[in-house]
Amino acid sequence: MFYLGKLDDKESRRTPRARRAPDWPARFAELADAAHDPRLRAYYAAGLPAGDTPLAEVPMVALDVETTGLDPVRDGIVSIGLVPMTLERIHASASRHWIVRPRVRLDETSVTLHGITDSQVEEAPDLQSILGEVLEAMVGRIVVVHCRDIERQFLDQALKPRIGEGIEFPTIDTMALEAELHPRRRPGFFARLFARTEQVSIRLAASRARYGLPRYGLHHALTDALATGELLQAQIAHRYAPDTRLDALWT
Amino acid sequence: MKDEQLEILEFFRGRPPFDSLDETWLHKLATSVDVRYCRADTQISEFGDEAQWWYIVRSGAVEVYRRNGTLYNRLTEGGYFGEFGLLRNKRVRFPARAIEDTLLYMVPEPVFSEVFDNDETFADAVEIEDRTRLRHVVSRKEDANQLMSATVDTLVGREAVLLDVSATVREAAQRMTEEGVSSVLVMDEEAAPGDLALVAGIVTDRDLRTRLVAPGLSYDTPVTEIMSGDLVTVDHNQLVFEAMMLMLRHNVHHLPVMRHRRPLGVIALSDIIHYESRNSLFVVGSIFRQTDVDGLVGLLPDVHACFTRMVTEDANSRMIGSAMAAIGRSFKQRLLELAEEKLGPPPVPYCFLAMGSMARQEQLIVTDQDNALILDDRFDPAVHDAYFAELAAFVSDGLARCGYTYCSGGIMATNPRWRQPLAVWKRTFADWIDKPTPESLLNANIFFDLEGVWGKTEWVDALRRVIAQKAQASPRFLACMARNALLRTPPLGFFKDFVVEADGRHSRAINLKRRGTAPLADLVRVHALAVGSISVNSFERLRDVIDASILPLGRGQDLVDALEFISIVRIRNQAVSLAAGEEPDNSVEPDTLSEFERKSLRDAFLILSNAQKFMKYRYQPGRVN
Repeated sequence: MFYLGKLDDKESRRTPRARRAPDWPARFAELADAAHDPRLRAYYAAGLPAGDTPLAEVPMVALDVETTGLDPVRDGIVSIGLVPMTLERIHASASRHWIVRPRVRLDETSVTLHGITDSQVEEAPDLQSILGEVLEAMVGRIVVVHCRDIERQFLDQALKPRIGEGIEFPTIDTMALEAELHPRRRPGFFARLFARTEQVSIRLAASRARYGLPRYGLHHALTDALATGELLQAQIAHRYAPDTRLDALWT
Repeated sequence: MKDEQLEILEFFRGRPPFDSLDETWLHKLATSVDVRYCRADTQISEFGDEAQWWYIVRSGAVEVYRRNGTLYNRLTEGGYFGEFGLLRNKRVRFPARAIEDTLLYMVPEPVFSEVFDNDETFADAVEIEDRTRLRHVVSRKEDANQLMSATVDTLVGREAVLLDVSATVREAAQRMTEEGVSSVLVMDEEAAPGDLALVAGIVTDRDLRTRLVAPGLSYDTPVTEIMSGDLVTVDHNQLVFEAMMLMLRHNVHHLPVMRHRRPLGVIALSDIIHYESRNSLFVVGSIFRQTDVDGLVGLLPDVHACFTRMVTEDANSRMIGSAMAAIGRSFKQRLLELAEEKLGPPPVPYCFLAMGSMARQEQLIVTDQDNALILDDRFDPAVHDAYFAELAAFVSDGLARCGYTYCSGGIMATNPRWRQPLAVWKRTFADWIDKPTPESLLNANIFFDLEGVWGKTEWVDALRRVIAQKAQASPRFLACMARNALLRTPPLGFFKDFVVEADGRHSRAINLKRRGTAPLADLVRVHALAVGSISVNSFERLRDVIDASILPLGRGQDLVDALEFISIVRIRNQAVSLAAGEEPDNSVEPDTLSEFERKSLRDAFLILSNAQKFMKYRYQPGRVN
């Protein structure tokens, strides 16, 4: 995934997460009734762990998508990486990765980031044909992302033209957890005058470095998903507890 | 279908112990990995847990403990643990704990076992026994060096050309020309059976030039007049390297090769193709050509160049130690010749002694002089001592100028205490063994590694026999020596840029002599004395100790490997300093060591540490061996 600041965090730095989050299992029951696509309907119908489940017992899946650009409406998805995980263990051995053909042209700057080229996407399937596999990998799991808006909005927008309906799912957002720790302050007059107030970066690489996690070559969907999963384990090990309730973190 | 995590694959690729794996196995291993983050102070595994994973430290740091809670190892990025349990009874044997925030890559047991069973090099690299791994390291190096593994008879190209003792020099020259050889052996077939001097001597091209033509002797001169008697010979099944050392030590260029007392052939220096041998022989030859101390001092760059060359040509520690000792010995011999030229012949016979590393033939570049004098029993201090005091001062000052610093403990022939008649030496050594004191134990450590350098060297054999017989029969003395040999211990290993001590403390550098080779030599000396060995070189002593079967099976070889590896790292470190124009010493900083060297050094330290524990147990006072 890449995000160059636009979608960054204005929202997430301010949002008190828990109060906004819906009761996800109930929401999924509603969505299961409303969904038309059988794959989507099966995904919702499988349900989710209840909000009071301790984190230690929650099945999760780290997710990352690479895209042709930053606009969920105009741009499309080029690759998806998924890594199932729990608090104890990241099942990198069960990693899944797909390259898909977006319905828009590849943008040159994005190619330099994610490294997926025209010829690769030309041979790749449309998201429509692998949607079942992706949803199966997500079934019953809480999605772990770094910057939820990207993954949520791009998947939602990608599904609409393909199956005539969007998608909703609960996430734990590692970027939002970092933002909470490093809230954006309004610099005071003197501060603005004398100091270049250094914002602590809450991007993936910088956040990982704060927890002593190794530097990975990012912008490959699978690497980013793994990197995000590791970051969540680190955040929880340092700031939460295995018995923290799921609904304290999901959004 | 498995999708690959490139970061994991790339982390493994090219890094030991994965570097030996082919692509198929590498991918199999990398795609089997699961990941876990542990905050500092998290217990990763407990003793007796079911062993399911082989762990690789991706980032952070982990401590591994023995069952009794003492530190076994401290690991950082690229370190691995858990193989013991997986390969034994599938229970965790060494519990582990994160000491920093740590990211672990975990390989499940079935995949680990499959790769382990299918790739021998990988299996060797992660092998359960550290000592086994060191054996592989050292033996691989031995194989690569023909001098160390080939026997002398492989160099013998043709039968020796023989000549009877009754021949003239003309006949000798004619035979050599006909046969196209540079030497003939002079045979005394009349020699009594059992007499070793079946080969009476050797005549070389050079002898014809220097002993016949130059002095203008008649061609009818008997060959016995220009031949070299008192032959230095080598047995057909000795190693090429041993032959090389004989040439060095005796400064000869031809060696008859004997089998069952008959000459099989003659090997010449040129047969030993390695340049390094010629180089050190060249230095020895130059030493004997110098006419004053200034000339000897001028050879110092040659000595250093010879040392550096042997290191770059991958000579092993024994070859280098012997070559440096031969050079040191030659300096002493030449200085004594010069001293006798200056002071006149000695009033009574004497023997000049070398002790310590030179006697053990384990000398390197940084060394001090330990020496002493044995005098004839007719020695009368009032009449003779002035001569020997002057002789000792001449040699000692000369050695100091040639780079062999004065012994800070005063163990030098310049000290009247260490200029004694043979009978006094015998009594002193016997006293040290019968009534050990802290001081005499320290002396024994130095003096019991002794070698005759000049003069009546046969006296030294008598002294060695006294030591060997008495020490073996003195459990109390052995117990005291063993206790002394435990005073210096090796560190545990390395962590980042630090040396880790057994109690977990850190230091910046390690003195490889004080913490490695010296305690090893001390330990080997105790065992050698206990089995009555008269050898002096540590490797030869170990051979005697192994033959005497007092160590658990295989441990003797482990000690050989440990000594070899620590020595060679120490040697290389000195060569690097020389090349950089720095003063070489024995101190090594971990950041100058490769990952491989750190690992092998740690293995060697562990062997030494275990051997010290065994020694402590074996030589307990009162224990009947």
